[in-house]
Amino acid sequence: MAYPPAAHPSPPRQPSVKVILTAADVSRVVDRIAHQILEKTQGAADTVLLGIPTRGAPLARRLAARISTFEDIVVPVGVLDITLYRDDLRRNATRAVGPTQLPPGGIDGQRVVLVDDVLFSGRTVRAALDALGDVGRPASVQLAVLVDRGHRQLPIRADYVGKNIPTALAESVRVTLAETDGADEVRLYGEALPS
Amino acid sequence: MIRHLLSGADLDAAAATQILDTAAEMATVAGREVKKLPALRGRTVVNLFYEDSTRTRISFEAAAKRLSADVINFSAKGSSVAKGESLKDTALTLQAMGADAVVVRHPASGAPHRLADWVAGSVVNAGDGTHEHPTQALLDAYTMRSRLGRLAGLRVAVVGDVLHSRVARSNVLLLSTLGAKVTLVGPPTLIPVDIAAALAPGTDVSYDLDVVLPDVDVVMMLRVQRERMNDSYFPSAREYARRYGLDGPRMRRLPEHAIVMHPGPMNRGMEITPEVADSPRSTIVEQVANGVSVRMAVLYLLLGGNKL
Repeated sequence: MAYPPAAHPSPPRQPSVKVILTAADVSRVVDRIAHQILEKTQGAADTVLLGIPTRGAPLARRLAARISTFEDIVVPVGVLDITLYRDDLRRNATRAVGPTQLPPGGIDGQRVVLVDDVLFSGRTVRAALDALGDVGRPASVQLAVLVDRGHRQLPIRADYVGKNIPTALAESVRVTLAETDGADEVRLYGEALPS
Repeated sequence: MIRHLLSGADLDAAAATQILDTAAEMATVAGREVKKLPALRGRTVVNLFYEDSTRTRISFEAAAKRLSADVINFSAKGSSVAKGESLKDTALTLQAMGADAVVVRHPASGAPHRLADWVAGSVVNAGDGTHEHPTQALLDAYTMRSRLGRLAGLRVAVVGDVLHSRVARSNVLLLSTLGAKVTLVGPPTLIPVDIAAALAPGTDVSYDLDVVLPDVDVVMMLRVQRERMNDSYFPSAREYARRYGLDGPRMRRLPEHAIVMHPGPMNRGMEITPEVADSPRSTIVEQVANGVSVRMAVLYLLLGGNKL
């Protein structure tokens, strides 16, 4: 898989923060993933994009918008909330449940591309696969992520990766998007952040 | 989130809204192929019913099962309670069995509050005496919000036997928290003096249904509880029906958008006529369906986390 040239190293604001992707980088990466999805799915035929909240949802909408710009086709987009399928529910305070919106045509027999911002332990994706099984029976499932930071705890890999970032376990990757946080950026923090 | 749900007053506006929002997501499960979520796998919910109830018990049972919890149904009839076991001993038995939540209905007002001191899990009040029934108030609020789009500023008339009604008490508490304006309507014998001020300031009382009807968005008819009507609260059932029953002509005096609610079971011909109960304004069947979603939300929010 081809990756874009490394992001311009921008000067760190604090010693422990590094910008991995700037707004322009994020936009290029989304364009590339949109092209890759078109390539690997024969023009996005019978394909549905499902974003995992919070930031997977706007990413899925952006990918669909780019695909329709490139090829003039409409790809159904939805949101798949995985809160009730998490394996750490009882380790934390009760989590708020988010909305799940499936495209009107449903996902039966479709090629579903799950979209999330960061791929880390793989547990979110496992929960998403469980949730998918309860809302329909897709023909196949693929995974697109903006950032893969490694440290998988489950046998899960992404089909489309925006950027691979080698990290230490103690570090944190924080993605911000214009839709949810006001601006596009991916940063690497030197220490754990409160989630 | 709170640990127990005993009263409509346990919830502030944010917590109540969170339950209603969560219920809206839970409602989508009913339309899916697999009507089940794994959120409460391995948790045990005990339905402890000291009073006869069909819809509330089934509703809680369906809610717990849709969240994959294990459900144990315990009804007082034909159990150790019939042999004289006290509520406390029953509670300790449930405790020993590892109940994560106890859903309790009891003829004595306040029984769930006592129970909450005795068990380690969460206690959900499913109706205690003539006191409270908070999940009914939540499902009523959910139904109003989904039909009328909002709760703040709604004008709600609660009509009938307020004196004995746990549904009325919980509704007044919850609806006023959520910004609705409640008017209690009924014969003076069935509306306790000063109840409005005691429950929620801003609540009105009226003894004349016909005056209230043109200005409300919601009419909630309460069941005339025949089993509690042995003290001559009103001269006859026919007189009650004529003054406080909702019939076709009265319904047509309501504003165009207004809805008619009833917590069930109905006495057709007493507090509500079949024409009204079966009209498109009536939300009675919807309320039952919404009950499952709201109770799923309550069980998830009480049991989903790590507070046990």
